[in-house]
Amino acid sequence: MPESPANSALRVHNLRKVYKDVVAVDGLQLEVRLGECFGLLGPNGAGKTTTVEICEGLIAPDSGEVEVLGMRWSSDAEQLRQRLGIQLQDTQLSEKLTVRETVRLFRSFYRQGPETSEVIALVQLEEKQKSRVGSLSGGQKQRLALACALVGDPDFLFLDEPTTGLDPQARRQLWDLIEQFKLAGRTILLTTHYMDEAERLCDRVAIMDHGKMIALGTPRELIASIVAEHMVEFSAGSATKALEVSALSNIEGIRDVRTENGNVRMQVTELHRAVPSLLDELARQGVSLTELRTHSATLEDVFVTLTGRHLRDE
Amino acid sequence: MSDTAAIPVPRPKEKEEAAKSPRGSSASDHPLVQLTVVRFLEFVREPEALFWVFVFPILLAAGLGIAFRNRPADVLSIATVTPQLANSLRQEKLLDVQELGASAAEEALRTGKVAMLAIPGSNGAIVYRYDDTNPEGRAARMLADRAIQRAAGRVDPVASSDILLREPGSRYIDFLIPGLLGMNLMGSAIWGIGFTIVDARRKRLMKRLIATPMPRHYFLLSFLLSRLLLLVVEIGVLLGFGALVFHVPVRGSLVDFGVLCTLGSLTFCALGLLLASRAKTIEAASGLMNFVMMPMWIASGVFFSAQRFPNILQPVIKALPLTAVIDALRAIMLQGANLARLAPQLGVLGAWLIVCFVLAMKLFRWR
Repeated sequence: MPESPANSALRVHNLRKVYKDVVAVDGLQLEVRLGECFGLLGPNGAGKTTTVEICEGLIAPDSGEVEVLGMRWSSDAEQLRQRLGIQLQDTQLSEKLTVRETVRLFRSFYRQGPETSEVIALVQLEEKQKSRVGSLSGGQKQRLALACALVGDPDFLFLDEPTTGLDPQARRQLWDLIEQFKLAGRTILLTTHYMDEAERLCDRVAIMDHGKMIALGTPRELIASIVAEHMVEFSAGSATKALEVSALSNIEGIRDVRTENGNVRMQVTELHRAVPSLLDELARQGVSLTELRTHSATLEDVFVTLTGRHLRDE
Repeated sequence: MSDTAAIPVPRPKEKEEAAKSPRGSSASDHPLVQLTVVRFLEFVREPEALFWVFVFPILLAAGLGIAFRNRPADVLSIATVTPQLANSLRQEKLLDVQELGASAAEEALRTGKVAMLAIPGSNGAIVYRYDDTNPEGRAARMLADRAIQRAAGRVDPVASSDILLREPGSRYIDFLIPGLLGMNLMGSAIWGIGFTIVDARRKRLMKRLIATPMPRHYFLLSFLLSRLLLLVVEIGVLLGFGALVFHVPVRGSLVDFGVLCTLGSLTFCALGLLLASRAKTIEAASGLMNFVMMPMWIASGVFFSAQRFPNILQPVIKALPLTAVIDALRAIMLQGANLARLAPQLGVLGAWLIVCFVLAMKLFRWR
C-alpha cells in the first residue's frame, strides 16, 4: 500500500470482490480524508454497498487492502468497532421495542458516548421515545437508525443510502442532521443514488459504476470538468421531416447531442447565444417544439455523460 | 482510546467531558443485561407467543384432564312396587331405587328408564325382570339380590374388602402433566429461539448488531438467559395448575426437578440454535423446526406411553431428547426418583446439548 498521508480516515487499495459471476468491486482505489463528507454516488448495483460493507468490516474482500482510521480489520476490529458509527441499508430494528429501549440497547455496546436521552434529542425523537419502533414513520425510523449509529460518539460515520424511500420533507430533515455532524468534525462516508443529496452534503464525490470509480472530485469540479455549464433538452412534436441531429452539433456552443425516446439533450456553454441559434435551426428544419427546458448541469448530467445511463435506471 | 498506530482525530468542537460519559456504572447498562431485557420485552409484547406458551398448555391439560377423568362408578336405576322391597334395596349405595305403581313400573322398564324391576313373587320369593343382554340389567340384578339377601340375614362366608385405584399419581392427568411440561420445554425453546434468530437475520438486525462492538457470544447468551427466566414462569404456571386443580403430585425434590428442567431447556435451546443457524426465511426455519419436533411429539410419550411402539424402535425413541426429559420428569414427579437414578436420561440430554451447541457454533451465519 502506498505511503498514507497522515490525514486520511479511510484508504482502500486495489479492492476486489466477486459474487459468483458478478464482479461487485473491481480494483477500487479510494481515499477519504479526516473530517470530510465523502459521497459514493452510483446507480443500484454499482458496488457501493459492497464497498462500504467491506470498509465496515462486515464483508471480507477477495483481495485488496482497507485501512480505517489507521487500523486494519484483521488486527484492530474491537477498537475500530468502538470508533465507527454505522447505518446499514434497510436494517429493520425490532418493532416491539420503544425508541428509548432501542437506543439504550445500542448504547450499552459502547464504552463511551452521550447519554441515551442526549442522542434521542439529537435526532429530534424526544416526543417519540416511548413509542414502539413499529409505529414510527419512515423518516423517524431513519433518524432512529442514525441515533443508533451515533451512540458511541463515533469519529467516522458510515451512512448507506440514509434517505432512500423518504418523502422530500423527511429527506431535508435528515440532511440538516447530517450537516450538523459535519460541523462537529466527524468524517462521513455516504452512499446515495440521489445526486442532489451528494451535491448538498458532500465535500468530495466518487462516482462508481460496475464496481469501478469513474470520476472523483468536488461536486463543482466534476460538473465543471466533465460537462458544460448548462443542459438543454427539448421534445419535438410530429415533425414534417426527420430531425437532422448532426446540424445541431454544428451550432457554436452546443456539444454532446443525444437523442433518447424522442427527447433531445445537449450540453451548452453560453446559453444566451446557443439557444437562439438552436431555435433558428429548428425553425429552418421545420420542427415544432412541444417542450424546451434548460437547467444548470448537475451530477446526474455528469453520470449520464460518463455512462450514457441515468443514475436511477436499473 | 487507542494505543496503536491509530490516528488521533482532532475535532473542531471539543468532544470531551460533557459529551462523553463512560457507560453507566449500573449493572442494568451491561450489554448482556440489555440484550436479555430486550429479548424478554420482545417476548411479552407478543400476545400470540404468550398464548401458546402459557394458556395453551393449560387449556390442553384442562381439556384432557376432564375428558379422561375417572368417573365414580355408575349408579343404576331400578324400580320396585312395595315399600318393604324398596327399603331393603336402598341399603345398596350403587342402586337408585324408585317405588312406583305396577303399571308405571312396567312402563319405566319397557322404556329403559330403569334397568330392572323387582316385584314380590309367590311365597315371599322375589322376581327380577330385566333384559339379560343388557350389562346394566345383569349388574342391577346381582346388586339387588345381594342387598335383599343381606337384608334378610345372609352372612357372607368369606370376608372381603375393596381398594379403589383413584389415588393421585396413577391417573391419566398425572401421566399427562409431565408430558405437557416436556412438550412445553421443547416448543418454547425451539420456537422462541429459532424464530427470533431467523427474524433478526431476515431483517438484517443481526448484521446491524455485529457492526457494533457487541461481543457476539452475548447475543447468543441473551437467548439462553431470557429462556431460563421465562422457564420459571412457564413451568410454575403449568405445575401450579396441575397441583391446584388435579392434585398432581411432585414426589421427588423440587431442586432435582429444577435441575432437570434447566438442563432440558438448555438442550432444546441448543437444538433451536442449530436449526436456526442458517435459515434465512421464517418459512424455511418453521419447516425445519416442525420436521424435527413432529416425531418427538408422537413418539416421546407426551400423550400416551412410548412403550406402545414396537421394541425395535425403543432404543431410537429412548435416545430422543424429549423422551429423556419426559421419562425423567415422570420419574421425579410420580415415583419420587432422584437425579442419580436418572443418569441415562441426563446423559442423553447432555450429549444432545453438547453436539447441537458445537454444531450450531460451527454453522451459525451472522448475516
